[in-house]
Amino acid sequence: MSPLANPLPDAEAQCRQLADLIRPYLHRNPALIGIYSGGAWIAERLKELLDLPEEIGLIDVSFYRDDFAEKGLHPQVKPTDIPFEIEGRHLILVDDVLYTGRTTRAAMNELFDYGRPASVSMAVLADRGRRELPIGATYCVWDIDLSDGQNLVLSRDDDGQLAWRLENV
Amino acid sequence: MYNPQLNQDGELTHLLSIEGLPQRILTQILDTAESFMEVSARDVKKVPLLRGKSVFNLFFENSTRTRTTFEIAAKRLSADVINLDINKSSASKGETLLDTIDNLVAMHANLFVVRHASSGAPYLIAEHLQRIGRNDVHVVNAGDGRHAHPTQGLLDMYTIRHYKKDFTQLRVAIVGDILHSRVARSDIHALTTLGVPEVRAIGPETLLPKHLDKLGVHVFHDMAEGLKDCDVVIMLRLQNERMNGALLPSAGEYFRHYGLTPQKLALAKPDAIVMHPGPMNRGVEIHSAVADGPQAVILPQVTFGIAVRMAVMSIVAGN
Repeated sequence: MSPLANPLPDAEAQCRQLADLIRPYLHRNPALIGIYSGGAWIAERLKELLDLPEEIGLIDVSFYRDDFAEKGLHPQVKPTDIPFEIEGRHLILVDDVLYTGRTTRAAMNELFDYGRPASVSMAVLADRGRRELPIGATYCVWDIDLSDGQNLVLSRDDDGQLAWRLENV
Repeated sequence: MYNPQLNQDGELTHLLSIEGLPQRILTQILDTAESFMEVSARDVKKVPLLRGKSVFNLFFENSTRTRTTFEIAAKRLSADVINLDINKSSASKGETLLDTIDNLVAMHANLFVVRHASSGAPYLIAEHLQRIGRNDVHVVNAGDGRHAHPTQGLLDMYTIRHYKKDFTQLRVAIVGDILHSRVARSDIHALTTLGVPEVRAIGPETLLPKHLDKLGVHVFHDMAEGLKDCDVVIMLRLQNERMNGALLPSAGEYFRHYGLTPQKLALAKPDAIVMHPGPMNRGVEIHSAVADGPQAVILPQVTFGIAVRMAVMSIVAGN
């Protein structure tokens, strides 16, 4: 784990690195599915960088979260939109930060309600460790160790540029 | 102001009436319903949100559509659904409403969907649950007397937003027996809260409540005048049971004046949509050519109703 770089790394450059990691596997004709909202932005970027002809899928895991009993329903749920058949496909789930693994668990449960993919792998810009489930990233460009009180947030400005922000919670 | 539908954080914990709910909550419900529309289009039409929860449908008054759509909605949320046929149950043996509720709470009910002929019955239940300290049990009003039918109001708003996108440019007419209609009341509150600038009520004087103008509603007794340039026409069922009194001369007479025919609909905007909460009385309040015509969105309303009820149940159950 690298100590926190200051300033934070360039998220756009990291997207290009992530695309380079995925490129050798394009012969499997993978389909991208971005998890709202950060993962959806990155998946869009990957589609451009890898020159993929197919629309990306978008997934909102709010209906599959395991903390519904404590936190209730997220106030802003976005419709999941998977514009291709996932049966038999190699899927790449895309998210900005991999942390406890609970979001990934929820996303996988949702995906399997659409069919049986050939495989599911995971692409993230940042992995901050401290997993609570046996889940790992297949493609990751940045390992980072943060304390529980810190939140790594990806944002997108009006020009569509992605950037990292560190918040104290 | 104390609102029994909201918790201390201002979140929706029961849905009893649209009156008094802020715009942000109505919008949250409509937005969430949009996501549930996608769930209903999948092969596996189910999400695990209410898995392990028990939803009790308490219908003290008959209903097919509303009860069925609530049941489908709860099942698509993975809840266990128990339908109580009240006519055959303890209520007819003299048990009070709140004793019935206490017994169902003892069976670990998590959510009650209540339809009752008496206005205010769902409020009574919600207040009782609060009194006995059961903030984890929720109430959704599925129609109480003449008072409110909030999920119908919300599915009507969903329908309007789906076809017309922006509430703030619309002219909406509600036609028929507004006096006895809980749907009309819920629609009027929802339309005003969502910023519709012109809400019209059209009907004979005997079927319009007094003081509609205080709700900001424009009153018309003439269909031709009232329908002119409307974007949305909401027809109400003429409740046969109201015909016994001196309110109306006959169904035929009513149809001549207030039945929606293609000729009358032509006075509204060309792209106006026609809605009806069902069940329809063809030839009484609506002509078949309109009910089955290209401007009718009456069946989409039913489909949207499932998504809206999924949204309402999952929001209240989480708060």
